[in-house]
Amino acid sequence: MTFVIEARNVSKDFKEVRALDDLSFSVQQGKVYGFLGQNGAGKSTMIRVLLTLVRPTSGVVEIFGMDLKKNRKQILKNIGAIIERPDLYKYLTAKQNLEIFAVMSGVKIREKEIMEQLNKVGLAQRVNSKVKTYSQGMRQRLGIAVALIHDPELIILDEPMNGLDPQGIADVRNLILHLSKDLGKTLFVSSHLLSEMELIADSMLIIDKGKKIVEGKVAELLNPGETNVELETMNIEQSRKQIQGSLWGKHFVGESNGKMILKMESDKIPVFIRDISQMNIDIISVRPKHSLEDYFLSLTAHHG
Amino acid sequence: MVRLLKIELYKIFKRPRTYIAFAVITVIILLVQIALKFGGEEYVDLMMTGAKETFDIPVHQILNGYLVCFIILNLLLIHVPILVALIAGDVVAGEANMGTLRLLVSKPVSRFQLLWVKFLASSVYTIALLIWVAVFALCLSILLFGTNQLVVARKDEYDIISTSDVLWRYGAAFIFAGLGLITVAALAFMFSVFADNSVGPIVATVCVIIIFTILTQLQIPFYDETIKPYLFTTHMLGWKGFFYVRGEEGVTIEGSIEHFSQIIKSALILVGYTAVFLAIAVWYFNKKNILS
Repeated sequence: MTFVIEARNVSKDFKEVRALDDLSFSVQQGKVYGFLGQNGAGKSTMIRVLLTLVRPTSGVVEIFGMDLKKNRKQILKNIGAIIERPDLYKYLTAKQNLEIFAVMSGVKIREKEIMEQLNKVGLAQRVNSKVKTYSQGMRQRLGIAVALIHDPELIILDEPMNGLDPQGIADVRNLILHLSKDLGKTLFVSSHLLSEMELIADSMLIIDKGKKIVEGKVAELLNPGETNVELETMNIEQSRKQIQGSLWGKHFVGESNGKMILKMESDKIPVFIRDISQMNIDIISVRPKHSLEDYFLSLTAHHG
Repeated sequence: MVRLLKIELYKIFKRPRTYIAFAVITVIILLVQIALKFGGEEYVDLMMTGAKETFDIPVHQILNGYLVCFIILNLLLIHVPILVALIAGDVVAGEANMGTLRLLVSKPVSRFQLLWVKFLASSVYTIALLIWVAVFALCLSILLFGTNQLVVARKDEYDIISTSDVLWRYGAAFIFAGLGLITVAALAFMFSVFADNSVGPIVATVCVIIIFTILTQLQIPFYDETIKPYLFTTHMLGWKGFFYVRGEEGVTIEGSIEHFSQIIKSALILVGYTAVFLAIAVWYFNKKNILS
């Protein structure tokens, strides 16, 4: 197993504030690594450490098997990134921005390559428009094109779905999956859209107050065991009586916001749905609450 | 390095605000030239008050392109530094404000290299501004007013420089002025590294220039020996030294400079200031956490 990023015992202090606290993690090559945490958890600080914008107070970071401190230039040649917002030169066009950042990344690009990148993010039609005329979503997509312009091995995306409409989010999700699955790139993605992370990440790290809470494969972390199921019906009073009077009554936990909550093992959920359908209950929705969001909230709430 | 410098220059000269300084200079120079074209002789009369009878040069000959350029430079070279600060103060802080600094620093370019090309680009802008001043103040004045001997007024005396002895002095004066303006650019650049918003460095630079210029021009003996020799604004006026000539039995010696060693000293002090400002900028930027 080859690791692209290995962070060991990284801490960062800003005067009296400890932004990162003995953080260690490894990112496997060719995978999408989700980096989760609430606002102020230290995600941006860690991303800045990876990009040498911030020097850690202690700890070691190795990228591509090399010490980041000693091989900064060589490592950064192979990293593309969006850091927080995709801020670019607003008084320049998309093409001019791409040209500038290609030179800064040490590569020469031709017009054809620029157009290919802009095509990938759906901005080819606006190649000669100034960035100040772009919407937030378009800027986000241009930011991704800038991050990819020098064909890096490691792509670091800080909140890449920010400001995008549902179609834009789906496009970015597909692009991330394409980069990872088809092109073998390694992606380190932080996002507050946890449901999106669930769809794209292979592994993830959750941090809170600069400390690691949990790290592992998404599938393993979401191994539900017993989970809460939220049931919404047309007539909750009648439905509750029917369910409590059935075999499923022992699973009934209570009600929340006009919905019933039942606790059961995940593999029983399909049987449960089949059974209640046969009871002529008018189902509006059945939602297992074992999403990453629930998991994340339970972990960070516990640690808070 | 050259490619990075080209990129920096491209960014500077693509911004509309870059041309504000060029426009301001053009307007000021044209206004002065128009004023002197129509009321120049009165101005020269005023300048020569008390000494007119000792001169056998007619007023219309004193008022020529060389004198007009000299007047313009006296007016402008105090204010051009403010225009230089507009760009040099923005060059790093402006990137931080736009959010592009973090992208630049995360690229495979050392922080020193990044800072160095940014300073070089600010210096190129400064030189371009000075060339613009030279073209408009000197060339246009020569076209409008012609050439003749240059009469330079000092406290109690006048230096008369022959027509053939003037041009090289302007060349040297412009080079010296360039040195002074690069020192100002380095000051604004240093402030720019400390800030994440370009307003602060520009205002700080303008404040320093205003305070130092006031101190330089204060006619108080106490300051003459204690403070003035150490202010870079004092030495920025060194360009005038190229127009102060030596004379023998009342006749100006062609090609001479009265205090050449003082000009060299001023130039070295300006270079020293520039080096200190840059060293502070590099030291701070190398250890700075880029959080903008």
